[in-house]
Amino acid sequence: MHEMSLAQSIMELVTAEAEAAGARRVNRIELEVGTLAGVMVDSLRFCLEAAGRETVAAGAELAIHEIAAIGRCPVCGAMESMAGLIASCPRCGQYLVLENGRELRVVSITVDE
Amino acid sequence: MCDSCGCDHGPGGVTIALPGGRPAAVAEDHQHGKTLRVEQEVLGKNNHLAARNREWFRAHNILALNLVSSPGSGKTTILEQTIRRLSGAIPVAVIEGDQQTLLDAERIDATGVPVVQVNTGAGCHLDAGMVHRALHALTPPDHSLLLIENVGNLVCPAMFDLGEAAKAVIISVTEGEDKPLKYPAMFAAARLCLINKIDLLPHLDFSVERCLEYARRANPDLTFFILSARTGDGMDGWLTWLHDAVRPAA
Repeated sequence: MHEMSLAQSIMELVTAEAEAAGARRVNRIELEVGTLAGVMVDSLRFCLEAAGRETVAAGAELAIHEIAAIGRCPVCGAMESMAGLIASCPRCGQYLVLENGRELRVVSITVDE
Repeated sequence: MCDSCGCDHGPGGVTIALPGGRPAAVAEDHQHGKTLRVEQEVLGKNNHLAARNREWFRAHNILALNLVSSPGSGKTTILEQTIRRLSGAIPVAVIEGDQQTLLDAERIDATGVPVVQVNTGAGCHLDAGMVHRALHALTPPDHSLLLIENVGNLVCPAMFDLGEAAKAVIISVTEGEDKPLKYPAMFAAARLCLINKIDLLPHLDFSVERCLEYARRANPDLTFFILSARTGDGMDGWLTWLHDAVRPAA
């Protein structure tokens, strides 16, 4: 359940940004989460709602964009989608090297002016 | 008209329509206000603290290893036997991570090396901030080996850099040879892999060869040590690696 500590880190980031902007309320939090980031999105949502209580971001809408995992074949250079961390190139059989899919980022927040 | 995004959500009487009178689709979840770009990594703060730990280890010539595994793989026994067999040739200090109890710290204390216990409470992993605070309590000597025993968990600790030189993932032969396929993130994050409890192999169907092959699928660059901390079988290779990795005082 590392989602709870990730949710707390996200809320720390969000409340610090809101405070720096002098915002009274955060209406929306936009996140990017790679499908191989090791994060369960449903669990993260649940934890963000809990971690946001009694903060300026309480009840904020959560816009979570999932980034598909893509790996590169070290032999033929093909870019293939990866369902797990261990996946091989359908042409060469070589193990793919992950290029995208481990993102875990706060992209933006929308605040009351 | 909305000042920040230019959309029309003005006073009553205003409608939004497409040619022909079809109602325009207006996003239900559209939020008004000012959107601020943040573009920050969620793990950024942990990674920053980990970088500070790593710099401190470098300045003091301390080799820090982050030992990760499932509960019950024999991490603490490996630590005890490593410390006893090094018998002071390299100064060792230990940070123990568990959700609760001082039991592991008491076992390490009995070996005579400095140790602190971090209890994470509900937490499922150590983070760089916890290690930083533990270092203040521990003050390991320069030119030493720092062994950090993470919370027993093959999932969460993979995400959290502590500032270590390397993660060492430990798997015991009673766990089944397919662990690297089931939990590839940890094997991908590690540089060292210890296969423990090989004294039990005659009683099990565990194939060391298959386990090595599965682990290499997750990470072809792993360095392996196949050993039994209980009998000492295979411990020499691990101790030699440690001797070579800890640079002596200049």
